[in-house]
Amino acid sequence: MELKAKTPAGGGLSAGQIVQKYGIVFALLLACLTLTLINENFLTTRNVLNVLRQTSINGVLAIGMTFVILTRGIDLSVGSVVALTGVFSASFATTSSAGFIPGAPWPALVAIAIGLLVGMGCGGVSGVIVARFRVPAFVATLGMLSAARGLTLLYSSGRPIPALSDSFRWIGTGSVLGIPVPIFVLLGTFAAAHFVLTQTRFGRHIYAVGGNPHAAKVSGLPVNRIRFMVYVISGALAGLAGMILAARTGSALPQAGIAYELDAIAAVVIGGTSLAGGVGRVSGTLIGALLIGVMNNGLDLMGVESYYQQVIKGFLIVAAVMLDQSKNKQD
Amino acid sequence: MAALLEVSDLVKSFSGVPALRDGRFRLEPGSVHALCGGNGAGKSTFLKIVMGIQPRDSGVIRRRGDEVSFSSPAEALANGIAIVEQELSPVPAMSVAENIYMGREPVGRFGRIDFATLNRQTQDLLDGFGFSIRATDLMMDLTVAQTQLVEIAKALSYDAEVIILDEPTSALGEAEAGHLFAAIATMKARGKGVIYVSHRLSEIFSIADSYTVFRDGSFVQTGAMAEISKDQLIQLIVGRPLTEEFIKENTPGTEAVLSVSGLSAARGVRDISFTAHRGEILGLYGLMGSGRTEIFDRLFGLCAETGGQIAVGGRQVLLRSPAEAIAAGIAYVTEDRKGSGLVLSGSVRDNLCLATLAALSRAGVMRAAQEGDAAARMIDELKIKTASDALGVGHLSGGNQQKVVLGKWFLTAPRILLLDEPTRGVDVGAKREIYRVMSDFARAGGTVLMVSSETDEMLGMADRVIVLKDGRMAGELGRDALSAEGLLHLAA
Repeated sequence: MELKAKTPAGGGLSAGQIVQKYGIVFALLLACLTLTLINENFLTTRNVLNVLRQTSINGVLAIGMTFVILTRGIDLSVGSVVALTGVFSASFATTSSAGFIPGAPWPALVAIAIGLLVGMGCGGVSGVIVARFRVPAFVATLGMLSAARGLTLLYSSGRPIPALSDSFRWIGTGSVLGIPVPIFVLLGTFAAAHFVLTQTRFGRHIYAVGGNPHAAKVSGLPVNRIRFMVYVISGALAGLAGMILAARTGSALPQAGIAYELDAIAAVVIGGTSLAGGVGRVSGTLIGALLIGVMNNGLDLMGVESYYQQVIKGFLIVAAVMLDQSKNKQD
Repeated sequence: MAALLEVSDLVKSFSGVPALRDGRFRLEPGSVHALCGGNGAGKSTFLKIVMGIQPRDSGVIRRRGDEVSFSSPAEALANGIAIVEQELSPVPAMSVAENIYMGREPVGRFGRIDFATLNRQTQDLLDGFGFSIRATDLMMDLTVAQTQLVEIAKALSYDAEVIILDEPTSALGEAEAGHLFAAIATMKARGKGVIYVSHRLSEIFSIADSYTVFRDGSFVQTGAMAEISKDQLIQLIVGRPLTEEFIKENTPGTEAVLSVSGLSAARGVRDISFTAHRGEILGLYGLMGSGRTEIFDRLFGLCAETGGQIAVGGRQVLLRSPAEAIAAGIAYVTEDRKGSGLVLSGSVRDNLCLATLAALSRAGVMRAAQEGDAAARMIDELKIKTASDALGVGHLSGGNQQKVVLGKWFLTAPRILLLDEPTRGVDVGAKREIYRVMSDFARAGGTVLMVSSETDEMLGMADRVIVLKDGRMAGELGRDALSAEGLLHLAA
């Protein structure tokens, strides 16, 4: 206590503190620099856009996950929600005669709206279970992980839903000014999330509930509603990611999105958001997702087997948290 | 005879900022020695070095005349120095015996814990100090006071000669503290030395034999308790003369602001009826568990019980949630500052604005300039000592943290202020400033309801005191009839 009171606020940071504070940015720059030097194919427009596009799905999921983790929660269901929204929206967007929704293909906007609603519905159910019935988020969303996957398989009879309409596919494969649409979706999501978390009352509520739910309650904040809302947001963004994925592939696969929640959580954690809640930024999450994307891409370019990639990713996540822990100890 | 512990010229700084410039201390056997000082005086640093939690920059520590240097609390323990920390750390689902002998359990064949011996040994220890606790009870079934006694028993179980008690009564009421003081007397009689750290000066005067005062990291003075008055001691601690411990300039009016009748609350609180007036400081006094906090929780919409009538300014209100209570003009400073008062991961500004986010935003978007102005106003009005409003609130001292909580509520422009143990863990200087804030609020026409375990505080600040016992009202005393004996008599 006593030494803390005397530590000057902000002020000059030592070199070590700067490395720790912006460690994740340095790691990303270092990874990019290394890959540029050892592989002439890395820093090409084509490859950079490719990395960004590949990051878009995990990035969108991880941004939703950031909202949840900031309130001390977790959402394990996002991978299954990706698949469920994929097949639901695809069933409205398919041109195949095998479709079971009459009148398909519907306009892409309708299919997208339905996908978002399905995602929000899944998040809403998790949110009610967590906020109203006080079930730990880990358990509630683990249940949703299983239930949503089951619903996906039931709805699609376990078969892919193929031949999506061109207008629906545009959100996955289209491009504007030479930049793929998913990249715009990612950046738009990021900008909106950043605004909500830093500039709005709801954003302040999220940090307060995550930092100290008792104090938030005593201060008159609607704690249950805030907890509910973050799962709805995570569900909606999982829906968005699911539709980008289906649109890019051209057909919705019922086994899509398996284990996507792990990459999303990894991006959040690497980005410096605390699993204990109340501390973190969505910009960190974006950089975390980019780091994972660059690393996967770099290892691909170098011809490293995907099995090794998983091992390396595991080390990276743990190293990021260790860095975070040593930072906490210093404070 | 050599002192149990003798420390001289202890120096320690953290990244260039000195926390301790000149730590000196001498503990005699069979004595209770109070270590006094405000927040930031260097007491914690001193204790951490003695316990081997932090290394020193320079200085000498002698244990019974031999120079020692501990690099871990375990080493300090092995040398007969034990500490009972302010924040207790029991394992709730384990028994008292298991907690006391954790890691040192008597072991039988095949590594099996010999529970019979363990429990007998623990019971002997507890009985020896007259603690009425069973060795086989689970920690989670004990009261805070009993948990504290178990922690002390644990320190004694190491056969420690030097026992450090850091704010041992901060979670205890006066009656519970009595058990603790009896235990301290027993330790003293057995020739042990007790280093006693507390902000409650009345306690120090009733149990300590000698005192040492630190201020701003430096040793100031040491001496016998018998040779110093309370005022002189306060003066040494804060470094300037204090005219009066309490500040009270309000005069209660006659206009009823809060009327409560037949109120019930959690934990069996029933039939509570009273009226608080404009400009009044109304005290609620009672032992731990008498229902003081439960009444506040009920008035702030924090409990499920909704029995009884409440009127604020003559209008009936329901108060089913904190939001409704805030809308009715009520503010609540809870007794657990870290648990339910502050968001420690947030900044000073975040915390100050927490209850008024709606007023500081437009269409859901925060207005940064208004937030900054609001925070600046409170920092200025309440004299909150902080380098900037962006500083993490966890970095402030206890007194300044408490002012941040008060500032959060003043921004809501309340008519009624509920204060539960408003000066707990706050040093003498900051206490006075909190009394000043209370007095000013009441003088300006506000109504204060205050719960305090400190009789002095009740006598010093309250216009009228309602005494609670087992969830019922046991009596009411006007300021003219207030006395420590009267309060305790009604409460016990």
